[in-house]
Amino acid sequence: MIQADVKLDTLGYFCPMPIILTSKKIKELTMGQVLEVVSDDEGIKKDMPAWCETTGHEMVGLEEEQSSSKRIYKAFVKKAK
Amino acid sequence: MTTAQIEPTAALAELRESKADRVTIVLLSGDLDKAMAAFIIATGAAAMGMRVTVFFTFWGLNTIRKKGASSSASDWLRRMFGFLNKGGADTLPLSRFHFWGLGTKMMQLVMKQNRMPGVPELMQMALDLDVRFIACTTTMGLMGITKDTLIDGIDQFAGVTTYLAEAKQGSVNLFI
Repeated sequence: MIQADVKLDTLGYFCPMPIILTSKKIKELTMGQVLEVVSDDEGIKKDMPAWCETTGHEMVGLEEEQSSSKRIYKAFVKKAK
Repeated sequence: MTTAQIEPTAALAELRESKADRVTIVLLSGDLDKAMAAFIIATGAAAMGMRVTVFFTFWGLNTIRKKGASSSASDWLRRMFGFLNKGGADTLPLSRFHFWGLGTKMMQLVMKQNRMPGVPELMQMALDLDVRFIACTTTMGLMGITKDTLIDGIDQFAGVTTYLAEAKQGSVNLFI
């Protein structure tokens, strides 16, 4: 279980909104803090690692939660620059 | 509720693999002629040893939908849209001279006479040549297209960031 400092809820938003919201939110963090992005868009599984790779932030974890009706994803991003 | 850990770097292994000559194609159109152009370039590039990725979005998704598959979207609006917007690689209309299907049928006939592969054949060829197919999750959601109604061989469901990260490393990038 990864501990996040800040949580960002993007439930109900489709690509590219989760990424745009992440890029805004990460500016408010200080170096080394971890942002947890919650999304129900499956694209985030590929998009968040790709975004981190391009921007230089560190992707520390990715979780997939399956409940009866919905599947949600939690991406953990560490501010690294 | 179950929670699964996914290794985030697994998605990047291929991106990091420093293979030169990447080709990325965005297929937005669902027209026979445009899809043909996309698959001819994709198969050509793959045959030349290039790493090819095709991103399917909006009407382009129709090329990778199973023929006659109905939508299983949760709300009726999107189900309706999925019903009205017919998919399937062999049902694509020409972008011009479709003439309620007659023009397209004639074009298909001419193609057959000239032993020119159609969209379904070209698409299969592309899959055989390891061209990667990526479906855009956002437009799938908008148009009521669900995973189960797409053909097999779609290896990723992703969005704009995945596409840009790939295109950034590519030398050829086309929007069709």
